[in-house]
Amino acid sequence: MSPVIAWLRNPWGKARFLPLITLIYIIWSVVPVIIAILFAFNDGRSRTAWEGFSLRWFWTDQTLSVFHDDALQSALKHTLVLALISVLIATPLGVTLALGLQRWRGRGSGTVNVLMLLPLVTPEIVMGVALLLLFLQIFNQIGLGTTAQAIGQITFSLSYVVVMVRGRLVSIGPEYEEAAADLGAPPTQVLWRVLLPLLSPAILASAAVVFALSIDDFVVTQYLSGDASTTTVSMLLYASARGAPTPALNALATISLAITLGTLALVFIVYRRFAGGEDAAAVAGLEV
Amino acid sequence: METRWIWRVLAVPGVAWLSLFFLVAMYAVLSVALGNQNTLNQPLPYWNPLDWNVGYLFDTVSNIVHNGPFLKVFLRTVAYVVVAMVLSIAIGYPVAYYAARHAGRWRGIVLLLLVLPFWINYLMRMLAWINLLSPGGWGTRFLHDFGIEALFEKLGLLNQDGGWLNGQASSVVIALVYGYIPYLILPLYAALDRIDQRHIEAARDLGASPFAAFRRVTLPLSVPGILAGTVLIALPMFGDYYTNDLISASPRTSMIGNQIDEYARQGSQKTIGAVLTILLAAVLLILMFYYLRTTRKADLERAR
Repeated sequence: MSPVIAWLRNPWGKARFLPLITLIYIIWSVVPVIIAILFAFNDGRSRTAWEGFSLRWFWTDQTLSVFHDDALQSALKHTLVLALISVLIATPLGVTLALGLQRWRGRGSGTVNVLMLLPLVTPEIVMGVALLLLFLQIFNQIGLGTTAQAIGQITFSLSYVVVMVRGRLVSIGPEYEEAAADLGAPPTQVLWRVLLPLLSPAILASAAVVFALSIDDFVVTQYLSGDASTTTVSMLLYASARGAPTPALNALATISLAITLGTLALVFIVYRRFAGGEDAAAVAGLEV
Repeated sequence: METRWIWRVLAVPGVAWLSLFFLVAMYAVLSVALGNQNTLNQPLPYWNPLDWNVGYLFDTVSNIVHNGPFLKVFLRTVAYVVVAMVLSIAIGYPVAYYAARHAGRWRGIVLLLLVLPFWINYLMRMLAWINLLSPGGWGTRFLHDFGIEALFEKLGLLNQDGGWLNGQASSVVIALVYGYIPYLILPLYAALDRIDQRHIEAARDLGASPFAAFRRVTLPLSVPGILAGTVLIALPMFGDYYTNDLISASPRTSMIGNQIDEYARQGSQKTIGAVLTILLAAVLLILMFYYLRTTRKADLERAR
């Protein structure tokens, strides 16, 4: 009897099928992506037959590689530009909203709380159509394109920032602020010298989440795109996945994945350092 | 307290942003859906609610009620999403249960692997499957060699050898499960993890078999987690069009999201697109508020 079968038949071991199902699930969920990454390094033009390792689809191929193909390169650049704009606007906007909501009691605060959570639960296609019509019918001065795409992304990532920062505010508690106020600090100083430093790990983490959300977003970004120069990596994947593209498409997806995971990992490490591991799971998305 | 103004001032920019780009945007959908069209089918929104014209809404609803093409799409969408939800729970529950209760020293790495798909571009995850399932792909060969292809053909779930990406309902449903199941597993994990171990121990001490303890203690206590997770994946599944476009690309499997995308974005008749959007949103509103209420309750309990 093979050891595997013996292990499965062993009536005294605990929960034998659960780890097996979990293992199969994890293989199913992760291995296809690993194979897609592997084919980014394929020496041949095929995305289904392996012909040895090369970097030609990243940069050595003079016309078709990510580094040399204008469409691929422009998509990557545009994705990163949008992500940067989203982080720079959504983070401060979300942090101030979280601070305001946390301490603002009374009339209006309940409504604003619901308003803040609505983008989290609204299906993306509803938001996509809504923003599309908004920019076509009302803000037609702005129109479709980079600005509209950035505004759309900020609108749905704002809620993530608020939820994450507010979680941290709750765990800090009001004591530090009260102490500072008792010692005579005016509200603006309490904010700058007490609250913001205490919140910095959560702010950093939410900035990373906004960055990753922006890079991976598809629906809103597609609905608000204008001409070809506003194509992002996700849009390119959608448009050409079924055609007969070269592994350069896999290479592009791999680069974008590396940027996302690299950013999250970096922030996770910094966060752990400053927040002493507390709520580190928030970065990994467990909080949301 | 006289210092309270500062908090209100801090909330102003965010509230203004959400009002402008969320609330007004939603109002724009209503105004277009309840507006009119010119002769070129371009939308003519009616901004004043007193002018609102329910003609297009009425036409679309009567198309659905009177067995028109939209009814078929609507029923197909519900069928796909329900099957995908059931499959997701069947796969996701044991995985979440293992991670929460039995993973032991593997827990960290298991959780990391469960969270990982969140941060992999959805389109990349679909691209991976397109590569695997295209003719001659590793997945196609695997499914052929292990008899899964023959099994699917026998069950009527696949109509030609290696035709996984040619308008197969089964492929679309499995792709939906693949795409959204991580969003079910995490809330389920959190719910199972929160269950007080002592409840289960008490059941066992009082003579319940492990299965009875699971069925009568763990399972009922995890129902809120199942519901929250199911709602969380149902919302995006109902509005999904890209999974279908990528995995099937055939009108045979077209879902409500595909119809909205066709009318609203690709632009044949934006007014009809807006009507379908508000109909979809109206159906999903119940789910959305259910989810908001449960998370709010959980928040309050945690704050106490």
